[in-house]
Amino acid sequence: MTDLLLVLPVLIPMSTGILTLLAWRRRRLQRGLSLAGAAGLLAAGVALFAEVSGPGILSSQIGGWPAPFGITFVADLFSAVMVLVAGLVGFTVALYSLTSIDPILESFGYHPLYHFLLMGVSGAFLTGDLFNLYVWFEVMLVSSFVLMALGGGRRRTDGAVKYVTLNLLSSTLFLVALGILYGLAGTLNMADLAGKFAQVSASQPVGVLRMLPMLFLIAFGIKAAAFPLFFWLPASYHTPPIAISALFAGLLTKVGVYALIRVFSLIFVGDTAYTHTLILVIAGLTMVTGVFGAISQNEFRRILSFHIVSQIGYMIMGLGLGTPLGLAAAVFYIAHHIFVKTNLFLISGVVQRLGGTLDLRKLGGLYATRPVVAGLFLVPALSLAGVPPLSGFFAKLGLVQAGVADGRYLIVAVSLAVSLLTLYSMTKIWNEAFWKKAPEAGAREGARPDADLRAPLVPVALLAAVTVVVGLAAGPVFGVAERAGAQLAHPAGYIEAVLGGGSR
Amino acid sequence: MTSLILQVAVRVLMPLLLMFSVFLLVRGHNLPGGGFSGGLVAASAWALFAIVYGAGAARRALRVDPLTLIAAGLGTILASGAVGLVSGRPFLTGLWGALDLGAYGAWMVGTPLLFDFGVYLSVIGVVLTIIFVLEEE
Repeated sequence: MTDLLLVLPVLIPMSTGILTLLAWRRRRLQRGLSLAGAAGLLAAGVALFAEVSGPGILSSQIGGWPAPFGITFVADLFSAVMVLVAGLVGFTVALYSLTSIDPILESFGYHPLYHFLLMGVSGAFLTGDLFNLYVWFEVMLVSSFVLMALGGGRRRTDGAVKYVTLNLLSSTLFLVALGILYGLAGTLNMADLAGKFAQVSASQPVGVLRMLPMLFLIAFGIKAAAFPLFFWLPASYHTPPIAISALFAGLLTKVGVYALIRVFSLIFVGDTAYTHTLILVIAGLTMVTGVFGAISQNEFRRILSFHIVSQIGYMIMGLGLGTPLGLAAAVFYIAHHIFVKTNLFLISGVVQRLGGTLDLRKLGGLYATRPVVAGLFLVPALSLAGVPPLSGFFAKLGLVQAGVADGRYLIVAVSLAVSLLTLYSMTKIWNEAFWKKAPEAGAREGARPDADLRAPLVPVALLAAVTVVVGLAAGPVFGVAERAGAQLAHPAGYIEAVLGGGSR
Repeated sequence: MTSLILQVAVRVLMPLLLMFSVFLLVRGHNLPGGGFSGGLVAASAWALFAIVYGAGAARRALRVDPLTLIAAGLGTILASGAVGLVSGRPFLTGLWGALDLGAYGAWMVGTPLLFDFGVYLSVIGVVLTIIFVLEEE
């Protein structure tokens, strides 16, 4: 049963990808399969989470080869939460794309690529082997490259080129780091490395030992869009169709953050005074540069893209603190961020449909004409800024508590100031798009102010409800995050689950 | 291309290349070869055919859409892994059985061969999708 549960989040998107490939020319069938597959992934995520939140960490040795020789799939609470949230976002965005995606893009293979991307994301969350993680990264990136460039056009190709170049550079660095690490420690199984790397550390000069974490920090930092390696993200995320950028905004950078947290809580833990302090500095700078970038923008999706960067800073802050509470807050923050940010991107799609543009200077008056849309924007926007009782408030509260408990007042002050600025730029979107009078310029091309929005608003409302529920039930949800944080901070259980006994 | 020499040569070469690709596929478990290289050889045979007679003729001769080949290959890979799961072992566990061929002796067949066959189909599908599109441009 464990063996099945652990691979289902990979097998379901893979089967869906295959079936949608077979149904290439039958669009209705393909759409139905796509939605059913996404729902299946969500169900598998729920089942896995239910299992992991009970007895403990699960592992399965793929192919029956025992760790550390074979590939291990392992799910602790952190992995299970990530798969669950990925399933939720995969389902809601699939629902949204049925109402919005251009039929031409569907005929170019949108649905199969969508599911192969989800397969890569789930695989990355579940694998217990660093080289296998690299492979899942590639599965995810190759699909995302095509999705990013799908349909062509000058603007989209321009964004895709930046995205592809920087991500390929990151993959190369990751591979180089893997080679060096394997040369030193002789294994790439993460649980095995946790012990082996400490042994190797004793006999190596400090320069070599610091270079390796730095290589991983840069490789994953590019993927996570952390300072100063984030510039590819705001340059590319506003070009693809809304559904694609919503999926990317929710999931892709978070896979980078996931990898950072995994590696720096399990393997590179011997030199925290150096590595984790550096991570904290990066976290602070990421928050500040991201939010300042957002303030200077006037396009809906560009503002949101810069906010992704700024929010990545908060997640890394939890990692930099390194305490169980800090890691718990980081886990909570990532989960919260994934559904809130996806929601905001979906709403930007609804606004684009109403106004024909995403340029805030040309939008206006949506509160008067469409109060429901305005209300649904406010929920995730306020959650992102950290207003109680929404999920973002508790995510930030956890981080601040962890920072204060650890005596890191500077980063706490920075995070609170950035929160205010986030609220400022959400207010700006609210004022420009919803509150001010519609500009006089007359009807723009593509604007459909009386479009029927019942179908596209269903996924938006679903995600908004999740934000509210997570905020209202913050106690139990944060309890789960705390247990995940404790598992990350004390990896003995994780190592035992992988190396001892094999599959239970 | 209308070269008579090439047209005649392709008719002779194609069956040889296709047989060689199957040979590589079956040999691959313990010796150099396998689904990937076998698939490339088979795809190169079809690519040769497409260069000489045109992509349209090659598509007609192939009968199945290369995209379907990709899907079938991935499906075969999935099935070879799922055999392990169904029998209560981890995903992708290699399971073996003997196939008695009478006078030719007993062959050991197992899920790794099925996996390799999936790779073989996928590689042919991917390479031919690309080559046919380029040839038709």
